Amino acid sequence: MKKYLPLILLILLIIFPLIGRDDYHRHLMILVLMWVVIGTGWNIIAGCTGQVSFGASAFFGVGAYTAGLFSFKLGLSPWWGLAVSGLVCMALAFPFGWISFRLRGPYFALVTLALGEILRHIATVWESLTGGMVGILIVQTYVSKVPYYYMVLALAILSVVGVKVIMGTKWGYYFLSIREDQDAAESLGINTQFYKMLSLNISAFITGMVGALYMVYMGFIDPKVVFSLHDISIMAILVGIVGGVGTIYGPVVGAFIMVGLQEFFRTGFFGLFKWLGAVTDAQAVKVAAKYVSEAHVLGFGILVVLVILYLPNGIVGDWGKIIGAFIPRRKKEVQR
Amino acid sequence: MSFLEAKHLTKHFGGLTAVGNVSLKVEQGEIFGLIGPNGAGKTTLFNLISSFHIPTSGQVFFKGRNITGIKTHKICKLGICRTFQVVRPLRRMTVLDNVIAAAFSRTNSKARAYDLAMETMEFCGLLHRKDALAGGLPIGERKRLEITRAMATRPELLLLDETAAGLNPTESELAIKLIKKIRDRGVTIIIVEHNMKIIMTISDRIHAISFGQSIAEGTPQEVSCNPAVIEAYLGEEYDQCLT
Ligand SMILES: Nc1ncnc2c1ncn2[C@@H]1O[C@H](COP(=O)(O)OP(=O)(O)OP(=O)(O)O)[C@@H](O)[C@H]1O
Ligand SMILES: [Mg+2]
Repeated sequence: MKKYLPLILLILLIIFPLIGRDDYHRHLMILVLMWVVIGTGWNIIAGCTGQVSFGASAFFGVGAYTAGLFSFKLGLSPWWGLAVSGLVCMALAFPFGWISFRLRGPYFALVTLALGEILRHIATVWESLTGGMVGILIVQTYVSKVPYYYMVLALAILSVVGVKVIMGTKWGYYFLSIREDQDAAESLGINTQFYKMLSLNISAFITGMVGALYMVYMGFIDPKVVFSLHDISIMAILVGIVGGVGTIYGPVVGAFIMVGLQEFFRTGFFGLFKWLGAVTDAQAVKVAAKYVSEAHVLGFGILVVLVILYLPNGIVGDWGKIIGAFIPRRKKEVQR
Repeated sequence: MSFLEAKHLTKHFGGLTAVGNVSLKVEQGEIFGLIGPNGAGKTTLFNLISSFHIPTSGQVFFKGRNITGIKTHKICKLGICRTFQVVRPLRRMTVLDNVIAAAFSRTNSKARAYDLAMETMEFCGLLHRKDALAGGLPIGERKRLEITRAMATRPELLLLDETAAGLNPTESELAIKLIKKIRDRGVTIIIVEHNMKIIMTISDRIHAISFGQSIAEGTPQEVSCNPAVIEAYLGEEYDQCLT
């Protein structure tokens, strides 16, 4: 059964635009799939190679600005920007990794955090290039969401399948060895610097692509949105942790849960609070309705605490534990 | 030309001379024992030979080639592999995956790495544990995994750092057998060991150091009768000397 789950999910995702006919649900699914890609990008460098990164926003933002600037500055189609965004991000990842992989553990994590923040400031201050705080507005190519949906679905499939394939090869074994023990890895002939660079570049490539896709889809970006520390970088980590660090399908599960949870709060528990406010006409409920829509961070916090306490390997990593919580009880019933 | 030659190796850590002017020659096919009290600099010497540390001065030659200061990971490709005194299993990977990761140093093909890993685990007697997580192994098997992993890189020179420490008598017996089997494959071995029974029975030659300085070298017999070694390391009550 478990073996067929990814296949069933894939088929559902492919036929989804036939089921979800309204733009709202299609938009949500596009976001979920984008988070699958960002989460997978984080997972390859942090989950599989053990180099914890707060830098998802750096590559996401650079990808988005690449597409945006192609249209805004060069007058070309932003789709050209999408085509090269992955390579542009690798061009950034290269010197960055070269310098900062001399650092290990938390020190590396800190420089990735700095990278995102520095880029956010550059995008804000360099107004002549980026338009600064005002951001970049481009004309969307399609009115319908369906083309965008299939593009991001294709990228998501490519990322997940790509990582799955890589993890079965020499590269994958080397990534895991580096995560487990860099000194042991070196003694086994693994060029840790090189393979960390490789992992970071794969991560940067797919994160940049999805950033560019975000630009062409949304039609608008500004530095606060695409270089956001907590809406992009930390969210990427949460997707990874909730789904399962270092697992192939973890980011898929994590993306559904995190986007779902965010939407659950944003809509005030799917309109429950608004409805209560209207029914009871109580001022307190109306105020609560206003605040709960901004309380998704609190929801994330609680979720992460629960996951770390009860499912330290994430939902996919501790799948056996989750199933086990139900199965033994059933077995006992049979015995009786 | 010796198989491995260390020339005047010195390593300072701040004001401390962990290894001071140590020279040694190891011939192909022998088991070369390295002994000395705690803190004598044995592990540091291993770190210098395997390029984990760069010597303050002195050189290392392997098969006539100066390998001083080359990148750590390149040592393995040259045919030198070391084990760690404090074992370093890749914890959240299975024993099989640990060994496959090592075998990838000799091939890019997963199938070949798998075959190499299976063959090496069989040879080292760890095949029955192949699906266990490395982090969950008892100490005896962790030490064995260190050797197995190193052997999967197909070394010509194997550096064993206290692979029998903490083993019970049956396990050390097995360890001795394995080390001899490895030597019979044509692998040259440098071994650090505090267990005198082991080191004296398996070594062809022994080099003794104390406070980073060489104090004696020779056959087990000669070294165990050397007054400097007895004073610095073996103690007066060590009466295995046959002269
Ligand atoms: N990385 C390091 N930094 C500073 N000092 C070190 C370092 N490594 C070793 N030393 C010091 O160098 C000296 C030699 O240590 P080493 O580990 O080589 O001894 P050893 O002969 O292997 O001892 P043991 O039998 O206890 O394993 C010790 O005084 C140790 O504290
Ligand atoms: Mg030591």
